[in-house]
Amino acid sequence: MTRPVSLLRRGLDSDLVWQFRQAPAAVLAAAVLLVMVVCAVAAPLIAPHTPFDPGSLNLMDSRLPPAWVEGGNPSYLLGTDEQGRDVLSTIFYGMRISLAVGVAAVLLSVTIGVTLGLVAGWFGGWIDALIMRMGDVQLSFPTIMIAFFIDGVAKAVMPPDLHQATRFYVVILAIGVADWVQFARTVRAATLIEKNKDYAAAARLSGVSSLRILFTHVLPNTMGPVIILATLGLGVAILTEAILSFLGLGMPPTQPSLGALIRVGNDLLLSGEWWISMFPGLALVLLVLSVNIFGDWLRHALNPRLK
Amino acid sequence: MLSLVLRRLGSVLLVMLVVAGMSFLIFNYLGDPVNNILGVNATLDERDALRRTLGLDQPTWVQFWRFLERAVVGDFGISYRNRLPVLELILSRLPATLELVFCATVLALGLGIPIGVYCALRPRGAVSRVLQIVALVGISIPQFLIGMLLILILSVELRWLSAFGRGEVVQIGWWSTGLLTESGRQALIMPVITLAVFQISMIMRLVQGEMQEVMRADFIKFARARGLSDRSVHLRHALRNSLLPVVTVVGMQIGSLIAFAIVCEAVFQWPGLGLLILQAIEYADFPVMAAYLAFVGFGFAMINLTVDMIYLFIDPRMRRA
Repeated sequence: MTRPVSLLRRGLDSDLVWQFRQAPAAVLAAAVLLVMVVCAVAAPLIAPHTPFDPGSLNLMDSRLPPAWVEGGNPSYLLGTDEQGRDVLSTIFYGMRISLAVGVAAVLLSVTIGVTLGLVAGWFGGWIDALIMRMGDVQLSFPTIMIAFFIDGVAKAVMPPDLHQATRFYVVILAIGVADWVQFARTVRAATLIEKNKDYAAAARLSGVSSLRILFTHVLPNTMGPVIILATLGLGVAILTEAILSFLGLGMPPTQPSLGALIRVGNDLLLSGEWWISMFPGLALVLLVLSVNIFGDWLRHALNPRLK
Repeated sequence: MLSLVLRRLGSVLLVMLVVAGMSFLIFNYLGDPVNNILGVNATLDERDALRRTLGLDQPTWVQFWRFLERAVVGDFGISYRNRLPVLELILSRLPATLELVFCATVLALGLGIPIGVYCALRPRGAVSRVLQIVALVGISIPQFLIGMLLILILSVELRWLSAFGRGEVVQIGWWSTGLLTESGRQALIMPVITLAVFQISMIMRLVQGEMQEVMRADFIKFARARGLSDRSVHLRHALRNSLLPVVTVVGMQIGSLIAFAIVCEAVFQWPGLGLLILQAIEYADFPVMAAYLAFVGFGFAMINLTVDMIYLFIDPRMRRA
């Protein structure tokens, strides 16, 4: 019993936590992020309505303004959209999808990037040259353009019903594949340094296989910068997903992310129903902003050169 | 220096080759060139004959070579949807997008650099703190939301500007410009602001960061010790030395402006390349997709090459490497 407690205490006493407490912006960002993640994860439990259950929708309640505006209904705090769905509830569910796509896409980028980076750094030679050249070519395109093209080609090639069914995974794939290069570059550089250290040589001399050394010894030593990049990458991934969905290439209106909700609301903007798009937009900005602020702080805190 | 230039050219060629390969795959294998020309009602014999005349019975590398030959002179076939030559479509849409990107870049540099310098010189002042927070919001807010906010305020509420389209344009040869008419210039206002907000924030943060770093360098202290005026120290010494990374980033940003222009064009129904590619994806118009990829790839490669050359020109250290 004492071990987890002492580990926790050591964690709380660490330099990082102390620094965290000294940075009010980071604490605020982390708090906002935490609240949003909880709202997203617990959406089915805490959302005031069930927006994706067609039986519970009433078209009489469609396009209601927010509760504090004239004509609003107190049971729909942020108003309703053109199908009578409660905007606040769709935001909770939308954040769930936005976060899920963002996290999955970053995990995919990290997996591809870290693996290729380790392989390139450890084996060197033509494998290294091939992987890094591929990365150079890809880096001459903006991430959003690559994700846009993978997604667009997938949409154009697949039959509509198959595309409808696989959209979630296609979006994750498009964003994940578009963003691996930065992870590969970082891990490759770290691997080049680690592989010449004595502990790696000692492991090799005692007959440990390359793969084992790579994954049990070198990999953990390259993780610091990867975590920073992944945090900052999460903001970019969520935004990229929102852009793709806004363009009609990402999540469908029946299973909407924040971006897809804004797309739906965009068509009603000119008739003055601003709340249908602006509240999901506000949620998106808050989400990305808090991820960015927290990521920025993490980069400064973990990078001794910036202190 | 020559070897550096050659290496850069080599990597540009590699990028172009990969892009051409992708574009070829989309054009030849996803699209069906035979249906493209004959329509779906042609007989089997007609198809075979056309297949031979088009060289589709040749090995892949021969076909790729022919694709390259045609791409170099701008022949990307006929659009499935509009039945017009793809090149013609792209050239008719190109001016709208380039004008948008050009104006946004000018605005971004014109505002981003001065604000960045100001914030670097007074990092603790109240004004620069506010500006820094605005910039942080600026890089976190998605472009389409800025555009929608502008429409909501300027078009829906105040009814000052029209929310859609390019306004009146003037034809100069094949180029169409909105800069010469009143309604054309008005139509540019909201899309350009939408596109530029991210770039302004980005450039401002970058200039500020670099300049604060440079201000700590010894040569700045020495410049002060020589009794030079603040103006000279700040602008001629500090700013000039902090602009190097700005060049790289601005180059990359112009590339991503072309990508973000797609979003901006979707919000404002701006009749540029972005709307063209969105429609092409909607209708599975593969020749247009292939040509767009090739065009954009070429554009990015040229931008990267230009940035490298500018670097070589303004940073003497690079020439010795």
